This record gives sequence, structure tokens and C-alpha cells, in this order.
Amino acid sequence: MYRTPEGKDIFVVDGHTHFWDGSPENQKNIHGKQFIECFYAYHTGLSPKEQLWEKSKFEKYSADDLYRDLFIDGPDDVAIVQSTYLKDFYKNGFNTIERNAEVAKRYPERFIVNGAFDPRDGEKALEYIHFLKETYNVKGVKMYTAEWNGASKGWKLTDPDAYKCFELCDKLGIKNIHVHKGPTILPLSKDAFDVHDVDHAATDFQNLNWIIEHCGLPRLDDFCWIATQETNVYGGLAVALPFIHARPRYFGEVIAELLFWLGPEKILFGSDYAIWTPRWLVEKFWAYQIPEDIAAERGVQLTDEIKEKILGLNAARLYNIDVEAKKKALASSPFSIAAE
Amino acid sequence: MATASVSGSREKELWRRLGEVNDPELDEPVTEMGFVERAEVMVDGSVDVDFRLPTYWCSPNFAFLMLDGVRKALDQLSWAPDYRVKLHDHMFAEEVNRGMAEGKTFGDIFAVLAEDQDLGALRETFRVKAFKRRQEAVLRGLKAHGLTDREILGMDLPAYDVARFEPGEAAKQKPRYRAALLERFPDRRPDDPVFVTWEGQRIAPGALSAHLAELRGVRINMEFNGALCRGLKQTRYKELDVVDGEPTLVDFIMDRVPARTAPTA
Repeated sequence: MYRTPEGKDIFVVDGHTHFWDGSPENQKNIHGKQFIECFYAYHTGLSPKEQLWEKSKFEKYSADDLYRDLFIDGPDDVAIVQSTYLKDFYKNGFNTIERNAEVAKRYPERFIVNGAFDPRDGEKALEYIHFLKETYNVKGVKMYTAEWNGASKGWKLTDPDAYKCFELCDKLGIKNIHVHKGPTILPLSKDAFDVHDVDHAATDFQNLNWIIEHCGLPRLDDFCWIATQETNVYGGLAVALPFIHARPRYFGEVIAELLFWLGPEKILFGSDYAIWTPRWLVEKFWAYQIPEDIAAERGVQLTDEIKEKILGLNAARLYNIDVEAKKKALASSPFSIAAE
Repeated sequence: MATASVSGSREKELWRRLGEVNDPELDEPVTEMGFVERAEVMVDGSVDVDFRLPTYWCSPNFAFLMLDGVRKALDQLSWAPDYRVKLHDHMFAEEVNRGMAEGKTFGDIFAVLAEDQDLGALRETFRVKAFKRRQEAVLRGLKAHGLTDREILGMDLPAYDVARFEPGEAAKQKPRYRAALLERFPDRRPDDPVFVTWEGQRIAPGALSAHLAELRGVRINMEFNGALCRGLKQTRYKELDVVDGEPTLVDFIMDRVPARTAPTA
């Protein structure tokens, strides 16, 4: 729970968190080393100085670190922890559902665990989706379209194999498809983070919610265009939000575009923990106002009511969280006392 | 002394030429982005360039466009030197450096890596973006000066050339927009309007706000990349200054910071 300086309690759902192991012991090759170093560069490049971690902790942190940073020091009520396997880079996978489920088991009221699959695995991917549903009862998945898989360096949401997987997700009630569409890195021949495949997939799978992590940045204009047309497309703020510290005016331009095109109901908070910890992000976001000239030009305001939606209510709606019931349940949990 | 001044002026020319190479995605010089780690004129007149991108994962296509730009810049040096360009710490560094050592063209090296990607189309995309971003900066500068939309859109090149800005983004982009305009419309007449769409359409005064909104979208994307790349570059390449005697980011990266208990507040 985030208590505002005015004393109001705000329900926070952190839509994008990780519990990874990027340590040298787990790295399979140079790519694994470079992948976590790239994350660490994001961390050091966009965090306030006092929030920086040592590299060794960043590579592999404990379940206790995770819990404390999100829920005790941090303002999260519920965290959606995403899975990203990267088995071509890491011996035991980077951030597997097994690892996520283990920590979620300790604090079931706090976590929503999302799975991941790779459509390029064909029949095996379909079997795996059944396994995810039966074993973990997942309500969402994270799609990492630039993930390597043998000779393939990326895939598209519109690939025929992917469509078979989404049909199955729809059938099994795995409703929330989080898609990483972020800064341009790899792969080779095609830009796997291009957002245009979202357009087709969202049209063809109306029952699914398409949450585009990182808002497609740096393809924000393409993303906004698509999200305006498609009622089931949402934007996750991870990576965009930390600019609130390093370049606040720039963040104002991004959030103004999102509010103008998508509206306040379709934007979701995500810290991208452990790249960033949620506390400072939420504090700065609550204190933030869009610069006057930008707000005037776009005709939007970031009101307290809108901030509350972005911080938790929108994600609660997608994941069927009964906010009042959840607040009561969390208030009676022993951990909320530890947080005082 | 004579030798020193020759090598000094060659060094200057080298950096000036490299400064004309843009990161195509950001439309900013690779030298300002800090991607040229080292550029040196050797005793025998040959040139050594070390090139490094902000991440190991930077798109190979962009790496190609920049390295190709670097090569062309070096080809224009007045003393026609031999040169070596080395790409560091990139997922394709080995392939690229080996290919260059074997005397292959960049096109040949990257054709293998880029498969069917149409680099010509990619270049065109970036030209459009650069045109729009530069135009937006100048348009905003003129509006900030208090010119009306009608006055701005009625400007021809002679009027444009006498406009003056305080140092800032508009001043920086003014000559760059001029260059992009003339490159795009080499057959334009002197009294044609300076501000037109990429397609060459005139902009009606009533449509300027909508036009600016579109341009802003382009800039927001480019700025995102620029800010991110700068941040990553700084972090990766240890250029940060020591702040108040505290450990810098470099120290964290180099694992020089002793372990301590995590802050509790």
C-alpha cells in the first residue's frame, strides 16, 4: 500500500517484476554475461544514485530481498512476476516459472505468477501451455519475441505457430498476454520488437488482453496508433517510468501521449524490478505533474484519480483482483506489521 | 615542429570527418554520442579507429550503417591513408572485424548477418525521421520567438537564413534542417516555402498544430533512444566523474565497492 503525503492509501499492483538469476555460475556463455550487464546498465543509467545496487547483488538477489523491496520497503500490494527463460543464455534459465512459483508459494497473497512459452517449440509449446495451466493455474504469460531458440533469433505474434498457442490460451482462460516491445536490441534480420504484429494478434484474439510492456518505446507512435484502434491493447510503463527521475520533462511528453491516445484506463504501472525498485518510482509518480505547456498542448492532466488507476486499479481489473477484499486480507497479514 | 603541426591538422580533419557521421536512428553525430572510442593518426600517416556501441545487443543494421558511414568519412581524408576500424564488444564484433581484415566490403559482411533486410529502405526511414525531427526543433524555436503560424509557414529560404536563435536545440538544428531540406528537394525554387511535409506538401496555417503533434511523436521516439544510449554508454564505458568522493557507477561495475548491508530506508 502506498500512503500519499496527504494520507490517502493507494492500492498498488506492480505489473512487471522479475526474480532472476543472472549470476556468473548460471551464465551459459558470453550472451548470458552481456544480457545481465545490459540490464545493469539500465539500472545504473536511470536510477537515482542512492538506489544503486552492487553488481553481484544485481546478478542474483534473494527471495528476502525481493519481498522486502516490493512489499515492506516498497509500496506494492500485489506483484505480477513474469517469467523469461533465456535457456540459450543461462544454464538453469534466467527467470523461470519454477523459481517464481517457489517464492510465490511463501507469500501466495502477494504474487501473481505468469508463465512463458515459445511457439517455435511447436507441439511441445502446446503441451507446455497445458502444463502451465494445470500446475500453476496461470492467468497470464510473458512473451519475449526476441528470445533466441537455436538458429532462430526472434519470432512474431502473427506466426502460425504462435496463433495456435494463443488459441489454446484463449480456450484455457489464460487471458493476459504481456508482450515485451522495447528498445531495439537484436536480433538479426528482423526487428522482433516492432509493434505491428500486436495489431493483427489483438484483432484476431479479442478475448485476450494484450499488455505491451515498455509501451513499444521507441516506437511509441506506432504503439499509440494500434492501442487506440484495439480496445484490448494496454501499455505497461516499465522502462518509460524511470525517466521521471533522469529526464522528467521527457517523461511528461511520453505520459501525455499515452493519456491522449490510450486514455487513463489502459496504462499499467510496472517497476521492472530488480532493474528498478518500486518505492522511488511510485513516490515520484505520485508527486509528478505534466509540465503545463505539454499538458495544454495535448489537453490531458495526470490527476490523482488517474494515478490511482495506473498504479493499481487497471491491473486489478485485468487480473480480477477484488481490491477491497484484497486490502482486508493484506491488512490482517503479519507482514503488514513488519512493514511499519 | 612541422611534423607535429601536420599530424595535428590531420587529427583535426579526422575528427571533423568522423563528426559528420550520424547515428542514423538518433540523427546525432557518433562522436557526440561517444561511440568513437579512439581515433588516431599513426606515425606513418595511417589511421586507427576504435568504435564501440552502447550495448552488446545494438542492432547489427544500425552498426552497419554507422560503420559504413565511418568508412566513407575515412575515404574522404585529404591524405588518403590506410585505415583500420575495429568494432568492440558487440555480438557481431568478431564477424565484422574478421570480414574487414579480409578486405570485404561492409555490404558483404552484413549481407550474411542481415539476411533479407533492405538497408536501402532502412536508410530512407531514417532520412524521413531526421528531416522531421530537425524541422520540429526549428518550428518550435520560431514559435517560441513569437512568430505567427502564418509568418512561419510563409518563410522562404532567404528569410530562413537570416533568422537567429539563442544557443539551444533550434540553433543547433537550423543548419541541419536546411541541409535535409535541400537534400530532399534539390529542385526547389528559392521562393518556395521552407516548411513543407516530407512529401513536399505545403502546410496550411490552421494545420500547423496537428503537424507539430505528428513531428513530436517522431522526436519522442528518437529522444528515448538517445537518452537510453547515452546512459548505457556512460555506464558501460566508465566516463562518469567521481561524485563527492563516493563510489561511482564505474566502481560498481568494476566490483570495487565493498559489500555493505542494503539500505533499510
